[in-house]
Amino acid sequence: MLNKKNKTYYVCVFFFCLFVLFLYGPTFTIVLLSFQGPDGGLTFPLNGVSTYWFEELWRGGSVVDIGSAFKRSIILGVIVMVLTVLLSVSAGLAFRKKFWGSDTLFFATVASLIVPSIVLSLGVALQFRLLDDFTKWLGSTFDINYINEFFQTTLGMFTSGLGAQLTWTLPFGLLIMFAVFNRFDKSYEEAARDLGATPWKTFKEVVFPLIAPSIIGIALFGFTLSYDELARSSQVMGAGNTLPLELKGLTTTVTTPVIYALGTVTTFVSFSVIGISIACYIWLKRKRG
Amino acid sequence: MMKFLKLKPTVGLLSIPYSLIFIFFFFIPLTLTFIISFWDYNEYSIIPDFIFENYAYIFKDCLNFEEGICVTFKTYLSTFIFCFITWFFTLIIGFFVAYFLAFYVNSITWQIVLFLLCTIPFWTSNVIRMISWIPLLGRNGLVNDFLLSTGLADAPQEWLLYSGFSIVLAFVHLYTLFMIVPIFNSMMRIDKSIIEAAYDNGANGLQILWNVIIPLCKPGIVIGSIFVITVVMGDFITIGIMGGQQIPSIGKIIYVEMSYLQLPAAAANAVILLALTLLIIWIMTKMIDIRKEL
Repeated sequence: MLNKKNKTYYVCVFFFCLFVLFLYGPTFTIVLLSFQGPDGGLTFPLNGVSTYWFEELWRGGSVVDIGSAFKRSIILGVIVMVLTVLLSVSAGLAFRKKFWGSDTLFFATVASLIVPSIVLSLGVALQFRLLDDFTKWLGSTFDINYINEFFQTTLGMFTSGLGAQLTWTLPFGLLIMFAVFNRFDKSYEEAARDLGATPWKTFKEVVFPLIAPSIIGIALFGFTLSYDELARSSQVMGAGNTLPLELKGLTTTVTTPVIYALGTVTTFVSFSVIGISIACYIWLKRKRG
Repeated sequence: MMKFLKLKPTVGLLSIPYSLIFIFFFFIPLTLTFIISFWDYNEYSIIPDFIFENYAYIFKDCLNFEEGICVTFKTYLSTFIFCFITWFFTLIIGFFVAYFLAFYVNSITWQIVLFLLCTIPFWTSNVIRMISWIPLLGRNGLVNDFLLSTGLADAPQEWLLYSGFSIVLAFVHLYTLFMIVPIFNSMMRIDKSIIEAAYDNGANGLQILWNVIIPLCKPGIVIGSIFVITVVMGDFITIGIMGGQQIPSIGKIIYVEMSYLQLPAAAANAVILLALTLLIIWIMTKMIDIRKEL
């Protein structure tokens, strides 16, 4: 059999270890280099060990307003996470039965994952530009004072930015729901119904506890994919940039290890979120027994 | 007896919020992109019209082959080459990682742990993962230090960073996961007794791999390939950062035109890019039914 510990097995183990090193090695080097001494540069060797670049990052020296970009990214990430969970779970429930337009919606879901992000970003930007023009036209035609004086743009983090990110996170959410319901034992639900539970009660007491661990997974996708999203957001964030967008700008301007310090901080945030999610998942699985 | 759960027809209504997001942020934007690709523009505004100039401009000198291939075709060709090389490496690496996970790791717990180990980087920042190559590949990076100190090279190698090489490396680094997940999924569905049967009938490891496992993994391979190819086709960030902003791509043309507010021109390029991507996917999906694979 294949799982015999022969020569091929060890070749495969070695290959896998190399792959993991390839995956994590580079990130590890920048974490290491972010503790570079004050005189250190972008590459090895380490000129002493210090937290100088983290302090520099904290002070905001040489770098644009990272603090507020960070805050914006977290807030947007949380909103995207909540919406992704709510919308994809409810759509997942709907998809257990064929409904009007279900095939089209499924097609859109898959298409959204593979449509080039720049194309979608452009589309949303165009849409909001037309919306701006229309609003201004309304303002001038009907002489609406508020619009004429204060209106700037509909483009923004919580309008176009949020929507563009949802087209990236929702498909993952729905596909996870498909995977869940494909393996779902319907007899529990049937039993609840036979015992006279209402659909809502059935969902709350039976279905939800069973799919709760997977919902943690959807939340993880929702938050992390939004927190790191770049291509789709690139044209539609309006005035305030998110952290990945700032980071992308910094790659061409910053020449000190402060960028590694920032990298270390964001990677730490990502890893914490992943860690917490995995812990919750295991906890929920155990609780269910 | 098989039991069928009766769901009320109204359960379909639960899909409305999800649908609204896709109507407003997917269908309408893409339709508008198509419409606006026929519009006119000047420095300040886009003007409703029905002209083909935006398309004509893209392929301006492309029918005149005497002066070599035009810039547009060169850019497309370069993007296709990146696609192909990245696809090749992600497929080979992704396949063997999935193969190891599916057939050589026996305990389910270890399978999950190692699978997660491969997945976790997907949830971290792509930009950070790109710039993390700089201390390794740069002029004074670790690789050059190693090459110089061992005498394998007598001058720092410049082609390591901000080059086609570093772009492909970053793509493989970022997107091999897109191959691993669907291929692993296909492999886990293979009935172990089929492999057992092949083994009992005298097939060796290589024959099992080639005649049993690979054909049964075809759906996973196709899905992974679609992901990798489409993501590279439309890329402008990785090629921008890892290419030192010097190497063109289709996505970058759109990005640059947008920054000059030449929106209808960008839209025309976007339509062509989308059409090319859909063509590739259409050819690949001819082979499988995605919905059955989840």
